[in-house]
Amino acid sequence: MRFMVIVKATPESEQECALPDPQGVADMNKSTDELIKAGVLLSYEGLHPSSKGARVHFSGKNRTVIDGPFAETKELVAGFMLWQVKSLEEAIEWVKRSPNCHAGESEVEIRQVFEPEDFAYGFSEEDIQQEKEIRAQLADQAAKK
Amino acid sequence: MSATDLHRTIEAVWRIESARVIAGLTRLTRDVGLAEDLAQEALLAALEQWPQTGVPDNPAAWLTATAKRRAIDLFRRNAVAKRKHEDLARDLATLEQTVPDLNSTLDDPIGDDLLRLVFISCHPILSTESRAALSLRLLGGLTTAEIARAFLTPEPTIAQRIVRAKRTLAEKHIPFEVPRGPEVAARLSSVLEVIYLIFNEGYSATAGDDLIRPTLCEDALRLGRILAELTPQEPEVHGLVALMEIQASRTRARIGPTGEPILLLDQNRAHWDLLLIRRGLAAIDRATNILNTSSTTNRSPTDISPAPKNNPTRGPYLLQAEIAACHARAHTPEATDWPRIVSLYTELAHLTPSPVIELNRAVAVSMANGPQAALDLVEALATDPSLDRYHLLPSVRADLLYKLGRHHEARTQFELAASLTQNTRERVLLLTRAASCRTPPR
Repeated sequence: MRFMVIVKATPESEQECALPDPQGVADMNKSTDELIKAGVLLSYEGLHPSSKGARVHFSGKNRTVIDGPFAETKELVAGFMLWQVKSLEEAIEWVKRSPNCHAGESEVEIRQVFEPEDFAYGFSEEDIQQEKEIRAQLADQAAKK
Repeated sequence: MSATDLHRTIEAVWRIESARVIAGLTRLTRDVGLAEDLAQEALLAALEQWPQTGVPDNPAAWLTATAKRRAIDLFRRNAVAKRKHEDLARDLATLEQTVPDLNSTLDDPIGDDLLRLVFISCHPILSTESRAALSLRLLGGLTTAEIARAFLTPEPTIAQRIVRAKRTLAEKHIPFEVPRGPEVAARLSSVLEVIYLIFNEGYSATAGDDLIRPTLCEDALRLGRILAELTPQEPEVHGLVALMEIQASRTRARIGPTGEPILLLDQNRAHWDLLLIRRGLAAIDRATNILNTSSTTNRSPTDISPAPKNNPTRGPYLLQAEIAACHARAHTPEATDWPRIVSLYTELAHLTPSPVIELNRAVAVSMANGPQAALDLVEALATDPSLDRYHLLPSVRADLLYKLGRHHEARTQFELAASLTQNTRERVLLLTRAASCRTPPR
């Protein structure tokens, strides 16, 4: 299963032209490297501060454009990774091992990605019931032989 | 944390750490079976103790330390019997006393132990089935029950297979090492074969009602991606990874709403996974770059492949990946570069002659040069006894006959193909096509 690992913004990550701390970058690279070596990391991207972004607000037929920056820093996304792991717990374990590149508080959110098998190939209740009946009949016939 | 949550956390830690723990222990004990037993004992100890003590800060170090203490105890008990082990136990005890961080004694920064574990799990002395089971167990961190479920095989059968494999490795004194010299090519191809077997078992389920068992594909891809980082100089490893990434990119598109298979050219390409395609194409680039530079530059000391020939050739996995890439790059079926696919199949058939590859080449020829040219090739193949029970031969033949308007003959071949396939879904598709031959267009 795949998870999107969402790195939330911090006051530092929201600063324009903020020079990242070299040690933080080194730690992050080491962590990325480990994730690649473990066959876990599929892709990753870092995002510019929200001051360089925009929002489009939908309301019925209206579309309103709101330019960044946005206030609620802790709710903003600063970067994301796509991981392939066996369980949510495995994703949590990997996140716990990641370095904390921020001096203060920061947060990482883990969300599962929909996979084809989540859609169960559209079997209806009738299909399943019919299949069960056919199997029961076959078992019945086999027993009579 | 509830007991279930804790259990799942321990499972997750195991999944992440078990291969490295087992690899490190194998180096110390020189016995992969024993190493795994010790690691399993450590896991059991964790399951007993962590509910009381909580999960330690560094769970991997805890598992390793526990397993190693058990190894020392075991060797002490056996020390009288075997001098060699006595030395080993002393070494271990000394190591433990002198090195404050227990984990660092098993630390394996360049992954050499892990690579040794890959090679020993896939040793050609074992049957491919055993290699697959052992690899999933030792490298993938899967339980016997999970492997059994994935292969639709009873659990005792898999357990037996693993026990026997470990015994064979011990009895034959298979060394825990990365092969060098002339052995490398054969040993590496044995590893690649196992990974691709696991992938294919998931991707085109050979038995059962489902066409795809995605977990096995994911396990194989993960093993492949790990191997690609362990042996970055091996073009065929990147070739295999590329092949698996690109094939996996079609998972969403190749099954219809009622679970029926959808053929490549009928698939909705918008459902192909662009991320996996991109990863696949990148892996092809990595392989190609190695081949292009290997004859001119000095090679890395960790490079385990034999010295390159002056004229580096693409291996079978890379060629298959290139073929898959031809499809991946085409935004519509009409945009497919069929002449390139024909030439890649020709290169592949030259490298690894096989009637199955010839059959695939014939399909490409039919797209490049029309059905009659392909039918000539297929009918020549029909005399090959090794394809007697291979359902794709009559299936391809039927398709070509259908395209040539020879519906009556096509129907017989579709029915023959349906009677040969083991997969329920595929049989339904073939019978549907057979039925469609009843009313030939005027």
